[in-house]
Amino acid sequence: MLPVAPPSEIALDYLRRLVHSNAAIVLDGTKTYLFQARLTPIIAEEGLSDFDELVHLIDEDKTVAQRVVEAMTTNETSFFRDIQPFEALRKVILPGIAEENRARKSISIWSAASSTGQELYSIAFLVKEFAARNPGWSFRLMGTDISTEVLERAQAGRYSQLEVNRGLPMSMMVKHFTKVGVDWQVKADVRQFVEFKRMNLIEPWPPMPMFDVVFLRNVLIYFDVATRKRIIDRMADHIRPGGYLFLGGVETSMSQSDRLSIVQMEKTICYRVNPQGAKHVRAIPA
Amino acid sequence: MRALIVDDSRAIRGIVGRIVKQLGFEISEACDGKDALIKLGEKDADLALVDWNMPEMNGLEFVQAVRADASRASMRIVMVTTESDISNVQQALEAGADEYLMKPFTKESLCEKLSLIGIEVST
Repeated sequence: MLPVAPPSEIALDYLRRLVHSNAAIVLDGTKTYLFQARLTPIIAEEGLSDFDELVHLIDEDKTVAQRVVEAMTTNETSFFRDIQPFEALRKVILPGIAEENRARKSISIWSAASSTGQELYSIAFLVKEFAARNPGWSFRLMGTDISTEVLERAQAGRYSQLEVNRGLPMSMMVKHFTKVGVDWQVKADVRQFVEFKRMNLIEPWPPMPMFDVVFLRNVLIYFDVATRKRIIDRMADHIRPGGYLFLGGVETSMSQSDRLSIVQMEKTICYRVNPQGAKHVRAIPA
Repeated sequence: MRALIVDDSRAIRGIVGRIVKQLGFEISEACDGKDALIKLGEKDADLALVDWNMPEMNGLEFVQAVRADASRASMRIVMVTTESDISNVQQALEAGADEYLMKPFTKESLCEKLSLIGIEVST
């Protein structure tokens, strides 16, 4: 394959607008390398010569437009990424919910922008441990993403050696995976425990349940301020009062809302949804 | 902190050693499990990164020997090996290894494994 020349300014401008109009993601001039890295394979697969031809094809074929948007919005993820939110879930949130919701006996957790599924499966492994200690509880674990390609990978729950090498405790590897050829696959009982759906955070949302915990990590950084606020407010609409929202480390300082209070928990911070009508809740001691 | 690199390949010891030094460890090396026990007798280590298949004493046997010694209970052991069957991981877990890293691995994945066992490193 002949090397593909870097995109022209006109092509870049077109592609930035496409990604922004479809996914509200802002990719500034520092992200040119990302367009090259993510879209050169599509150019090759379609037998094109350069980014200008890709732009022409996008105009003609909306499925190619969708592929381009998905390629530009796929997030890197790994098992137990930045471990601390998972420690908080395991040590504080799940036991807390068990204590506060004995009558309801159900927990719903959403991994928004779940990518290839490692975040939701990490949550599922912890919830399975909780379920073993707390019989009779029901769970809904949902992952959503804009990209159908990553959702298919997530549903398959099949990962390379490099992917399982990252962040996955060996005890969980033994308990929850089988080896399939050179890959590692999440066992069926865990894959059946979770659901993955396609969803675009900036489009109208389908009917959604109320969640106890939402993970929305390392996604908001790509949106402009107004979009971030809209998404956070919509998230608050779908989290039970007293429920939790985890953002990425940098994002927590970017995102303010009267409906949420920041709480310190273990070695991380997250948001807690205020009871209706209240602007602040008492911060929970670590 | 001190790390002991245990591998019968000098080249692998060099590669792993360079990564571990970048993370802030002082390192020592051993060519197999038996040599590693001798080296530990000379100088303690906080962490051992241990290959599986080695002459004299393999990695699993080394882990078992260390875990049988109560004075080394605080030493963390990470198997670093090409052995990648579930049964290998299970055996390492049962022998007392703290974590398992399959070769080839990246510096980031090693950092993440160390973080899992309570060793925070600078990258």
